[in-house]
Amino acid sequence: MPRTLPPGSGGTVPWSMTFVAPPASSRDQTPRTGTAGADKLGAATLAADTLSADEVLRIRNDFPVLNQQVNGHPLNYLDSGATSQNPISVMEAEQEYYEQRNAAVHRGAHTLAFAATEVFEAARATVARFVGARENEIVWTSNATEGVNLVSYSFSNASLGLGGPAAARFRLGAGDEIVVTEMEHHSNLIPWQQLALRTGATLRFIPVLDDGTLDLGAAAEIVNPRTRLLAVTHASNVVGTINPIEDLVALAHGVDALVFLDACQSVPHLAIDLTALDVDFAVFSGHKMLGPTGIGVLYGKAELLAAMPPFLTGGSMITTVDMQTAEFLAPPQRFEAGTQRISQAIALAAAVDYLAHTGMNRIRTREAELGRRLVEGVTAIPGVRLLGPGLGVERIGLAAVDVAGVHAHDVGQFLDEAGIAVRVGHHCAQPLHRRLGVTASTRASTYLYTTDDEVDQFLAVLAEVAPFFGATR
Amino acid sequence: MTSSAMQQLYQQIILDHAKSAHGSVAELPALDADTATGESGTDVRLAQSHQVNTTCGDEVTVRVALSGTGVDARIDGFTWRGAGCSISMSSASVLHDTVLNTSVAEAEAMLDLFREMLRSRGTIEPDEEVMGDAAAFAGVSKYPARVKCAMLPWVAFEAALLQLR
Repeated sequence: MPRTLPPGSGGTVPWSMTFVAPPASSRDQTPRTGTAGADKLGAATLAADTLSADEVLRIRNDFPVLNQQVNGHPLNYLDSGATSQNPISVMEAEQEYYEQRNAAVHRGAHTLAFAATEVFEAARATVARFVGARENEIVWTSNATEGVNLVSYSFSNASLGLGGPAAARFRLGAGDEIVVTEMEHHSNLIPWQQLALRTGATLRFIPVLDDGTLDLGAAAEIVNPRTRLLAVTHASNVVGTINPIEDLVALAHGVDALVFLDACQSVPHLAIDLTALDVDFAVFSGHKMLGPTGIGVLYGKAELLAAMPPFLTGGSMITTVDMQTAEFLAPPQRFEAGTQRISQAIALAAAVDYLAHTGMNRIRTREAELGRRLVEGVTAIPGVRLLGPGLGVERIGLAAVDVAGVHAHDVGQFLDEAGIAVRVGHHCAQPLHRRLGVTASTRASTYLYTTDDEVDQFLAVLAEVAPFFGATR
Repeated sequence: MTSSAMQQLYQQIILDHAKSAHGSVAELPALDADTATGESGTDVRLAQSHQVNTTCGDEVTVRVALSGTGVDARIDGFTWRGAGCSISMSSASVLHDTVLNTSVAEAEAMLDLFREMLRSRGTIEPDEEVMGDAAAFAGVSKYPARVKCAMLPWVAFEAALLQLR
């Protein structure tokens, strides 16, 4: 079985000897129920509902990559929104798989193949529990982008008549509308643009207001009986806002449209129950939630997945094959053609264990604190504009800013010189940047291992940027 | 915190050019209606190239006017427009100053020197007598991620020249 080490657990390798086990109070591993929030019960039993400064320092011991110097300064990693770092338990889970049970899953009759299949499917169950889903609703993909493409191409195939009468509800054509929002990451925009182009459907979007939130008034008009699908992000990777998914789901379901949720910035940071949210599909990626690269997750309601034609086809997704036709397996295997991302899935389950043991509600609270600290700090610096809403609107622990008169790349270079890693550019959200009147921005994004001091150092160095470049605008 | 490395990268010459760029225009007119690029009147041949740094989205369009042919070919006009970081924008400004009114052969030699310096990872000490303000970009060569920024306008210039061969 995969190791499910709690935070603070080291391993057998020398650099893990620094670990300090967390106090029992930091563990809220209450088993999930189908409809509860990801750790509702656990959080209720905790004395502290956030991560203390000491706990954050202990957590950092589990992340060896954080313990290094960059340009003569301690690394200050504020780019977790792009990719998060891995605790030792995640790296060991992957290594342990290759050392002890590497084999092809779902085929082969030997002991090692059984062992590999068992941990692979146990990983699926772990991830399913973490997001309030059933195991047959979790499809492994290489990344979140592949999950969006999987659904869009499945609908495309359905539009060509594949999948028979059961798939008729996914057929799109002229007169049908796909609705996205102006704040989407390109990965939740371009696959839908392409689907519209392939099928003749129309792509519409919910605009963003000046403050960086969705125009919900407009949404009520844009989502209409012609709408077949609403694709929306749960939390913005640029402005950090958390969208009112319940309202949007009610709106879409009110006109019998399906809801596709980009949960890449929410599942790593908030307690999520996809069943309770009642979205029809969701995607998230492993590397943004302490897991390895090369693994993503597509969630789909079981009844929908069961009716959808496959996207990628080939080995391991069929029942019977003749020279002209093939019958397909039930989900999730129907959508998992070819050799799977086995070690990555197992390592992702270890990451989920780490997050669940730490407590998602506590991580959410801690990140809200970091988000507030960032917002308060950047808005106090002359010439620095915060993108998106200010204090009073809940956000995940990130902030994107524009430094007047200084290009984001120059801002990033200046910060890097001080050991601070941030994201610069359009963060794969060009339309949102255009809407907010900038071409690029500088984004600091935190996670459970981020300290207050790191945020403060970022703010101090950010304040030096405009004077250095002599920006006068 | 301003380190000497930062000051080497962002030399005052670079910051000055970024703030007050030479040869840049807000809009480039249609190529066949351009009477502003090049001063020798109808004798000039125009070409332009648009280059994008996909890493950061920086973009620059360089337009050149050549007069004369063969060994007598000269850079008679040079205008550009762009949006980007201080390195790419100042590099375009310096390129303008460096190659305007030089022979094509001299410009190409300078292009080779500039590229060689930027690829050197800080090992080439430029001759300021020869390279002028372009020598200020020597510090950029120590930052592999920024070499593309500095090269962007030069690559556009090279591509525009190639069209007029």
